[in-house]
Amino acid sequence: MAGNGNGRLSKAPGAAIALAVPALLALPVGVGLVGVVLPAFGYLPALGGEAFSLAPFRQLLATPGLGTSALLSLASGLVTTAISTLGVALFLAAFHGTAGDRLARRLLAPLLAVPHAAAAFGLAFLIAPSGLVFRLLAEPLGFDRPPDLLIVGDPLGLAMMAGLIAKEMPFLLLVAFAALPQADPVRRMRLSASLGYGRMAGFLLTVWPGVYRQIRLPVLAVAAYASGVVDVALILGPSLPAPLAVRLVAWMNDPDLSLRFMASAGALLQLAVTGAVLLLWIAGEQLTAALRRRVTGGGRRFAEEGATRLAASIPVALAGASVFFGLSWLFVWSIAGFWAFPDVLPPSADLSTWSRVLPNAAGPLTTTFLVAILSASLALVLVVMLLEARRRQFPAAAGRAVRLSPAVAGLIYLPLIVPQIAFLFGLQVTLLSLDLGPSIPLLIAAHLVFVAPYVALALADPWFAVDPRYEQVAASLGHGAVAGLFRVRLPMLTHAVLTALAIGFATSVGQYLPTLLIGAGRLPTITTEAVALASGGNRRVIGAYALLQTLLPFLAFTLSGTLPRLLWRSRRAMKPA
Amino acid sequence: MNVHQPATGEASHSAVRQHHDEIAQPAGTGLVLSGVEIALGQHRLLAIDRAVAPGETLTVMGPSGSGKSSLFAFVAGFLDPAFNARGRVFLNGRDLTRLAPQRRRLGLLFQDALLFPHMSVGENLLFALAPGIRGRTGRRQAVEVMLAEVDLDGTFSRDPATLSGGQAARVALARTLLAEPEALLLDEPFSRLDQALRATIRDLVFSRIRERRMPAILVTHDPADAEAAGSDVVDIGEDDRAGQGARDEERPR
Repeated sequence: MAGNGNGRLSKAPGAAIALAVPALLALPVGVGLVGVVLPAFGYLPALGGEAFSLAPFRQLLATPGLGTSALLSLASGLVTTAISTLGVALFLAAFHGTAGDRLARRLLAPLLAVPHAAAAFGLAFLIAPSGLVFRLLAEPLGFDRPPDLLIVGDPLGLAMMAGLIAKEMPFLLLVAFAALPQADPVRRMRLSASLGYGRMAGFLLTVWPGVYRQIRLPVLAVAAYASGVVDVALILGPSLPAPLAVRLVAWMNDPDLSLRFMASAGALLQLAVTGAVLLLWIAGEQLTAALRRRVTGGGRRFAEEGATRLAASIPVALAGASVFFGLSWLFVWSIAGFWAFPDVLPPSADLSTWSRVLPNAAGPLTTTFLVAILSASLALVLVVMLLEARRRQFPAAAGRAVRLSPAVAGLIYLPLIVPQIAFLFGLQVTLLSLDLGPSIPLLIAAHLVFVAPYVALALADPWFAVDPRYEQVAASLGHGAVAGLFRVRLPMLTHAVLTALAIGFATSVGQYLPTLLIGAGRLPTITTEAVALASGGNRRVIGAYALLQTLLPFLAFTLSGTLPRLLWRSRRAMKPA
Repeated sequence: MNVHQPATGEASHSAVRQHHDEIAQPAGTGLVLSGVEIALGQHRLLAIDRAVAPGETLTVMGPSGSGKSSLFAFVAGFLDPAFNARGRVFLNGRDLTRLAPQRRRLGLLFQDALLFPHMSVGENLLFALAPGIRGRTGRRQAVEVMLAEVDLDGTFSRDPATLSGGQAARVALARTLLAEPEALLLDEPFSRLDQALRATIRDLVFSRIRERRMPAILVTHDPADAEAAGSDVVDIGEDDRAGQGARDEERPR
């Protein structure tokens, strides 16, 4: 086993880094879960819980409406994920490789920048009884007052699920676009067409399984997120009873500290609910696969498609349109003067809302920016170390694709699958017992846990796709590993690195729960401020805050898209794909 | 797979060949592969024991999957740890086997030019130029001289993506030579070029090898390449005669 010079030397620290980084990122999840399990069984000396007991669970189960809350969370997780995934599959089946496909890519890409809360506010402004939809319907249907309907905050949580779908469907579609080329769509579609299969059937039977396999992790992350969501639920969700996670936050922040035992027990229930959502989803995957095998085995060609293709565009079009029009409507409200009901547009516009909002928003905006840029940069450094350590374990990767080992991937993506609320509680309790007050560095660390997985998701594929021979050439010219990284690999990956940074930045800006719980209300960001306005109902101020919340990620994505073009304007091969 | 032991009767045919026992003591100059064996698991891919004199080219032939790329990776220092390699590589008396790739002073040419896409042609060459040459004008001068040597005067500021295949191949050669390697490793460097260009680039490369008195290893499956290299050929062919020992195909110059 001689040879392969520094490969051997760098292997030991490489393997250590490849494990240390994921362990560091998964540690808060583990600590948080322990910190929630102990009080759930009555043990939290700081609050006088000296002995283990089942009292917190008894108290929890005696809470009125608990079953409804849990069922709402379960339904939200399953329905959101099912409709979003189905919408993506149908859209791609109907439009892959067409002008509609290209249009969707262009129009939906900016939606990645829109935080969940802003998208939810936008939808609320559209579908509320006094919103755009009913203003447009007022004249034909002849009413001069908003109808007395409970649409936003309906007891079944339909508005909440719609708000989640409007944000998650475009997200999954963008992820699927990135995964498509590896599923070899063009040749498979030609083959299935030559066998007489209709376009949609051909796609769903031959291409989609390969796409789904690659986007499975983001899909599961959507399921976990939707079953434990708080911000969208506060804006669009029912309140009597609210979904489980919303009630947990209320208990956790209750001045009566003894409620924290029950809240911890509730966090374990939330963990069980999310676990159930994931298990049911996986069972659904099996069922779908069985159905597909049966259809494939039957040999029906489904060549007649008729209006099916048109219908297949509706979910994605609705989701995209609701976010776009929602944001526009937020803007209109933020500049509206007096605006009576049936008028579709406000008769007068002014900047008085903005001049009131901006001085108050400056502080939260600064905190948001600082936390986002630092957590995203830190995440980038950690992810680069992790990916590079992993890659160096395979010095000549030709013929064997490098990827993160399942154990490592499991650890990094853990914070996306475990509901935030389940371990953030425990983390908060742990910080309390360590006597650590809220601070910017702690908030950055908390955001890092959720930012790093998305940075890793965005950067891993491009990182491993760089031809290893470029660095071999650099080494043969006498350049060491550091020069290889900073003068060859990173510059070649400018676009991918900046995109990953922007995704990390946007993820941090959108974080509601970690900011609320770890910041303990003393480090307000633009997101916590915006969500806090939900109950107040001042639409002009909400409009301004939701737009400010969207502004930061939007700027980050704009920069990450234009900067490489400027830097490498005279290098044709560096054009972002 | 074939096993290559020096076939005793043929040793005298080759001027550059040395006997196994002698190779254990590295010769003063040239590139020496001493008792090199590469295996994947239990499966031995190749065994080779050769010396390449300055200005000479050892051609390693064989179809894809025959292990010739792993020999290339082993000598260059990039062998995947999945492989088991034995033996040593000496270059002008230095033992390369445990050296980091950047300390081996080996020039690499691949079938793709692999010019760094974010650098201009000139920057690609400056990246290769030894740090010992100092001063902006001095370094630029050295690069321009090398560009002229490969008939590419005036391309210093060009975007590599705008070069033709033949031009890119010449820039790649210029970049390799600028680092002043002591030996060259060529991995099918001509296979992506069209027929007319191939001969020109081939001549350019081999004339530089002879001029600069560098030993070289050429990995290829194109017999015409071997012909042009005009020297020692090792065929690690596809026939599965591992049990029957060596088939050592050799053509003295």
